[in-house]
Amino acid sequence: MSQRTALYKKHQESDAKLVDFAGWDMPIHYGSQLNEHKQVRADAGMFDVSHMVILDLEGDDAKAFLQHLLANDVEKISQQTGKALYSCMLNHDGKVIDDLIVYYLADNFYRIVVNAGTRAKDIAWMQQQLGDYQATLTEREDWSMIAVQGPNARDKACSVLSTDEAEQAKALKIFVGASIGDYFIARTGYTGEDGFEIMVNNQQVAELWDQLLAAGVKPIGLGARDTLRLEAGMNLYGTDMDETTSPLISGLTWTVAWQPKSRDFIGRAALEQEKAEGVQQKFVGLVLEDRGVLRGHQTVITATGVEGKITSGTFSPSLGRAIALARVPADIGDTCKVAIRNRHLTAKVVKPQFVRHGKSCL
Amino acid sequence: MSNIPSELKYTSSHEWVRDNGNGTVTIGITDHAQAALGDIVFVELPEMGNEYEQGDECTVIESVKAASDVYCPIAGVVVEINENLEDEPEVINSDAYMEGWIFTLEMTESLDHLMNAEAYAAACADDAH
Repeated sequence: MSQRTALYKKHQESDAKLVDFAGWDMPIHYGSQLNEHKQVRADAGMFDVSHMVILDLEGDDAKAFLQHLLANDVEKISQQTGKALYSCMLNHDGKVIDDLIVYYLADNFYRIVVNAGTRAKDIAWMQQQLGDYQATLTEREDWSMIAVQGPNARDKACSVLSTDEAEQAKALKIFVGASIGDYFIARTGYTGEDGFEIMVNNQQVAELWDQLLAAGVKPIGLGARDTLRLEAGMNLYGTDMDETTSPLISGLTWTVAWQPKSRDFIGRAALEQEKAEGVQQKFVGLVLEDRGVLRGHQTVITATGVEGKITSGTFSPSLGRAIALARVPADIGDTCKVAIRNRHLTAKVVKPQFVRHGKSCL
Repeated sequence: MSNIPSELKYTSSHEWVRDNGNGTVTIGITDHAQAALGDIVFVELPEMGNEYEQGDECTVIESVKAASDVYCPIAGVVVEINENLEDEPEVINSDAYMEGWIFTLEMTESLDHLMNAEAYAAACADDAH
């Protein structure tokens, strides 16, 4: 029996097509994935992301623990209350257990959001690493989360808040969150558009959903969430990286904080060795020049004959052509071939970012 | 309930077949199939002159979600393809039985094995359970 979020009835009311996602009954679309995608790029849409896992880490050693646990360094955010940091959590082999967002709320208080599909192993790993650190991890199952995204998302979301709350929410800088009224509101997202992710009590979330709906924010399914994040060039855990790949071949080198050298984070030794031996692969974007659709697991054929793999691909609704993220030989040229069924189609190799703020990056 | 025109024949894999009365049949996918696929973004058409047996994979339809095979409902040779689908694959979503036709075959066997509308409606109803 699948789990249901506190918004399950709301999805039914909006004629959602529900599918199993990581053990949850989640809306894949509410009629048309393409229209929902365009709605977010052009106006404002909202996603129920209550299946994601909110963890509060509290205690005197919270910061020291995270500096050991994460490949990125929470020191970077420890000057500004509410500031968020994207990081990988690595195993000792330097491979990715999960990617996550951590918010700095106080020296002894951080809030972490991890993926739904990795919930059990993430919590087990964190508890195991906690050891003698003076900190406790609490899962906030009492909370739901709505992501409101799009060029008009912030204005429309603020219109359902009280004057005082709206003022605070409007003042949020990019990648910063704050407790505002009964909500925790962060200016973050997974679409390449501006917007908020709003955490709220399970009892209040349906009311907030209805208010947003009345304000003209349309419900968007997980199908469009995937095409939006792919256009934005944002990685999806389990598809673009997992426990067999390091961040260095997943387009996530920028999230590894090498300095200071004295910070001994889990996986550091393995990553340094990988770097010293020379990283053989890189993570790129592909744009199909021919007609067709790029999909995960398709083989990339390069001029040298060494092959790569598409990790996620789709038809880009914003660009009207197929795009993909791929792990390929480091010496790949400007173009490559992709094997689609019995054909070899030509693709252009680009930086893994296709659309930002409604505009093409190509 | 999806639209199932009574004058057409059907397969359990959700293709429709129109008997043109001159030894050729026109083939597409049903309204039920297009709804299940979602937004269609690409159609890999068969080539003119291709010869198929009943059940051969002859066309690939890609929606935003996934790629899906179309199986040839009847043996024959491709004599016409709907090239308009290259630019407007979404007409399969909006008009599966008319503008959304995929190809025409000169048939080399009879239509007897295909389902009528009533039988297909029953098969779709079973699918839903």
